[in-house]
Order: sequence, then C-alpha cells, then structure tokens
Amino acid sequence: MTTNNNRMSNRPLLPQLTYRVWRVWRRNFDVFAKTIFVNFLPALLEPILYLAAFGVGLGTLITGTIEGSSYIQFIGPGLISIAIMYGSFYECTYASFVRMYFQKTFDAIIATPINLDEVIAGELLWGATRATINGTIVLAIVAPFGLVSSPFAILVPVLAFLGGLLFASLGMCFTALAANIDFFNFPSFLFITPMFLLSGTFFPLTVLPSALQTVALAVLPLTHLVNLTRGLVLGRMDSFLGLSPEVLAGLSVVWMTFVALFFFILSIFLMRRKLIK
Amino acid sequence: MNSSEVLIEAHNLTKKFNDFVAVDHIDFEVYRGECVGFLGPNGAGKTTTVRMIYCFLPLTEGLLYVAGMDAPTKSRDIKKIVGVAPQEDNLDPDFTVIRNLEVYARYFDIPKTEAARRAADLLKFFQLEEKQTKLIQELSTGMKRRLIIARALINEPQILLLDEPTTGLDPQGRHIVWDEIRFLMKRGVTIILTTHYMEEAATLCDRVLVMDNGKIIETGSPKKLVKKHVGEEVLEMAFDETTLHTLKDELPDARIEIYGDQIRVFTNQPHGSFERLANKFPGLPISIRNANLEDVFLKLTGRKLRE
Repeated sequence: MTTNNNRMSNRPLLPQLTYRVWRVWRRNFDVFAKTIFVNFLPALLEPILYLAAFGVGLGTLITGTIEGSSYIQFIGPGLISIAIMYGSFYECTYASFVRMYFQKTFDAIIATPINLDEVIAGELLWGATRATINGTIVLAIVAPFGLVSSPFAILVPVLAFLGGLLFASLGMCFTALAANIDFFNFPSFLFITPMFLLSGTFFPLTVLPSALQTVALAVLPLTHLVNLTRGLVLGRMDSFLGLSPEVLAGLSVVWMTFVALFFFILSIFLMRRKLIK
Repeated sequence: MNSSEVLIEAHNLTKKFNDFVAVDHIDFEVYRGECVGFLGPNGAGKTTTVRMIYCFLPLTEGLLYVAGMDAPTKSRDIKKIVGVAPQEDNLDPDFTVIRNLEVYARYFDIPKTEAARRAADLLKFFQLEEKQTKLIQELSTGMKRRLIIARALINEPQILLLDEPTTGLDPQGRHIVWDEIRFLMKRGVTIILTTHYMEEAATLCDRVLVMDNGKIIETGSPKKLVKKHVGEEVLEMAFDETTLHTLKDELPDARIEIYGDQIRVFTNQPHGSFERLANKFPGLPISIRNANLEDVFLKLTGRKLRE
C-alpha cells in the first residue's frame, strides 16, 4: 500500500452543504423557543425607547419634514434596520463564539454526520432568522404609531432575512478571527456603532458632503438596508448622489446580495482555517 | 472475544501541527469486538489518534480505514457508525439531560419517536432517569461523564471511542463507568479508550497500545506485557546502601531499580521467590506485590514528568 502524502489537498474548495444545515438551525431555534420571553422582551422594548427618545423627544424640536415625512416617520425604517443588524450581528459574534469556544457545541456537532461547513451555515441562517424576527417585531411596533405608509411593508421580513444574512456573515468572519470574546469590542465600536449613526438612520445622508455619501454607499451595509427598508415602509426612497430611487434600489439589492454571498463563503473558509487543524 | 475482522486499520498514520509531530508514522489495527486501550503520558498522541479516527482532525500523512472506509474521503459515513465520548464536557448546556440526547439524535437523522425510545433506554441504563429534566450544570461530574457516554451511544455505533472516560471521577463513579463499559463489550461494541489509569486499562482492555512521543512503542494484552517487561512479582523496600548490596548479592539475576527513596526488585521467578528474603532484613518493612501494568508503563515511558 502506498502512502498518500498531504491528504489535506482533499479538502473541497466550495462549502459542502446539505439539508443538515437545518439541523443546526433547528438546535438554535429550539433554544430560542425555550427562552422566548427573555429573547422577545429586549427586542420589544428597545425600539419603543428609541421612538420615545428620538421620535417624541428630539422629534418635537424638528418641525420641518424630511422629504415629505415627519421626523418620527423618517426614523421608523431606521429602527427596523438597526434591529435587523443587531439581531444577526450579535447572534453570530458573541452568541456563536460562546457556542463555539465555551460550550464546545460545534465540536459536539461535528462528531456526528454534520460537517463544519454545515454548522457554520446553520449558524448564519439562524442569525438571519433572528434578524427577521427582530425586524418584524419592530415593524409591528412602529406600525400603530402611523409610521408605515406603504403596503410593500409586507416585504420587510424578506429584506430582513437578506440583510440578516449579510450581517450574520460579517459577524461570523470576526468570530473566526477572534482570539477571545473581548475582541468583539473592536467591530462593535469601530464598525457597528458608526454604522448605527451614519447610515441614514437618524438623519438623511443628503446632509453629508457627497464624499461621505459615497463612502457610506460603498462600504456601509446598513446604508443599503436602511434605504431599502425606507422604500418598503414609506413607499419612497431618498435619492442622492444624483441617482434615481429606482437605480438606488436596484444597486442596494445587488450590493447586499453580492456582499452577503461573499462573506457567507468567506466566513466558512475562515472557520475551517480556525477549527480544522 | 476477538474476531479476525479488522475494523480499524492505520498505516503510517501521521499528524503534524505546524512543526510539531503529534502522531509519528504509526501502524495499528483494531479488530471487531475488541476493547483496545491507548496508553501514554500527556502529549503522547493518544487523543490526536482518536480524533483522526472520528475524522475530527484531517491526517497529515498515511492511511486510515474505519470499517473499510477511507477516513479523509468518507468522513460522513464513518461518523454515522462511530460514537464519541470526548475528554472535555461538550454537553449542550442550553438543554436538559433528555433533550441533550434527543437533539443529538437529530444530528444523526434518527426519527423523533425512535430517538425518544433510545434516549429513555440510555438514561435508564446509565442510571440518569431521575435527572432527565435537569439542566447540565445541575449534574455532578460523574453524571456528566455518564451522559456523555450515553450520548455517544445514541446512534447505536459499531465503534465507541472513549477519550479518558473516568478522569476526574471518584472511585464509585469510576466503577459504575467500568461496569457500563463491560456491558457494552458483551454486546459486541468495539471500544477504543485512552486512559492514564493503568488499573483501568488492565481491567477493561483486551489489548493495549503504549504510545510515547507520537509513536507506538509496545502492543499486547496487559497480562503478556506485564510478564514480558516486569515479570511476576515486585519487592519494595526503603532505599539504603546496605539493603541495596544485600539485595544485589541475594538476587544476582533480578532487575533492581531505584525510584526516589525506594528500591524495587522485579523477578521472573514464580510467586513466593521473595519470601525467603524476609529473614535477611530483620525489622525492615518489606512489601511484596504482584507486578502490574503501571510497572510496565513506567519502565517503557520513563519517570520524567511530562508537560
């Protein structure tokens, strides 16, 4: 018998995914369903606090309208988008890291017929699901305040899943690079917080210099998500940088899909590198 | 007990972590129905070898077949027929005892009702029935260990891998686990275990593989290895120059070793050959005991502390 050198070369180039991805998703769903009260309460309370602080508090000082909407109407879609971002990003950073590193749940699962690629993909799809749940809750909360003015708002969950997948995948890349849990302070403060403030969430991007608008559109995923959410919830979008709302919407959908797919695959590769020694 | 059917076969099996060679070109077979123990000091390569068998670690070099399947390419099929009880506690703390088994069964595509039946049977067998609705953190170390072994059996595996199954257990817990392992052996499950406890290997294993520095340095049944390397009996006395000289004069053919402040004499002579020495050392305590696997282990791997 001959010895086959370097068996590592057998490692497949593309992620190896089967229906087993859903077994991992289902594990996380079961845990979520068990602690549903604890999970729902913050998701319900947070947007109400924001509405009180920014909509009612700050909003009363802003008498003008922003492209035809009152200030409180303007920030509604921003709050939905933030819930989508937080729901998935933190699920696939802190929560995934705890499962991977402290609970060794990934190790336990990959001793079964499920492979690592499927574990990661299951985590990402679960992150996207959390985002969908959170985004939809916030939509349901802002609706009675008269902040929803378009029937297309019914598509928010679909958009939330796409946006959730994007932020879940970005989060998982950081998780693959994290040596310890404190590492997440970096993406939190340097990436998520600036995005939270500067992506057209609380003020329209058009008030910024066009260079900054370009940067926001090119590298901040939340800009695209806020843009599309505002389109679905209010029935119209801001046009900026001389781009028509239609072009902007198309650009945002393509941008988000491409970036989500890219980081989805990248996070699986980074996780293989981290966990398969 | 042993059939001649080879269930696991390794040739030149090697694992490197960067420049460190954890497993160094080893060859071994495991036959169906056997209980095989991997012994060795810390860092010898036992766990790494086990992890390659259940495809947790890719091989760096060599060949590894499990039930005739090539490990690097057939990992999914291999994992279907292998049960793994790892060294560390990786039970799912988000679930209760019984849900741990049921959720794990789902990873193997075991239907819900069948999973519930198996989970109930396993909890009964491992004496965990009363704890089934408890969370993992409420279990004692011994219960966690038994639940990990129960979980490893949920897919009714042909091969059970036990990585240090009794480390950290009290004597009661250890004996319960040993009884359960013996029962599984009777049912024909092929078992591979790693352990630091020579008593455990001697009582459970049909065959042991002694590893050191990534290599297998000796193989055989515990009894044969004891006979071959240390003989029948061991005499132990406190170290003293005069005692040492007397012993050397009286037993010119015996192997005499000094372990710290103790002299140990090993003999191949039949039992009772040390008895006559008692009157040579009036008033000095002499201990005569059977040679055991620990003597073999220390002889083969030395007494230098690892780690």
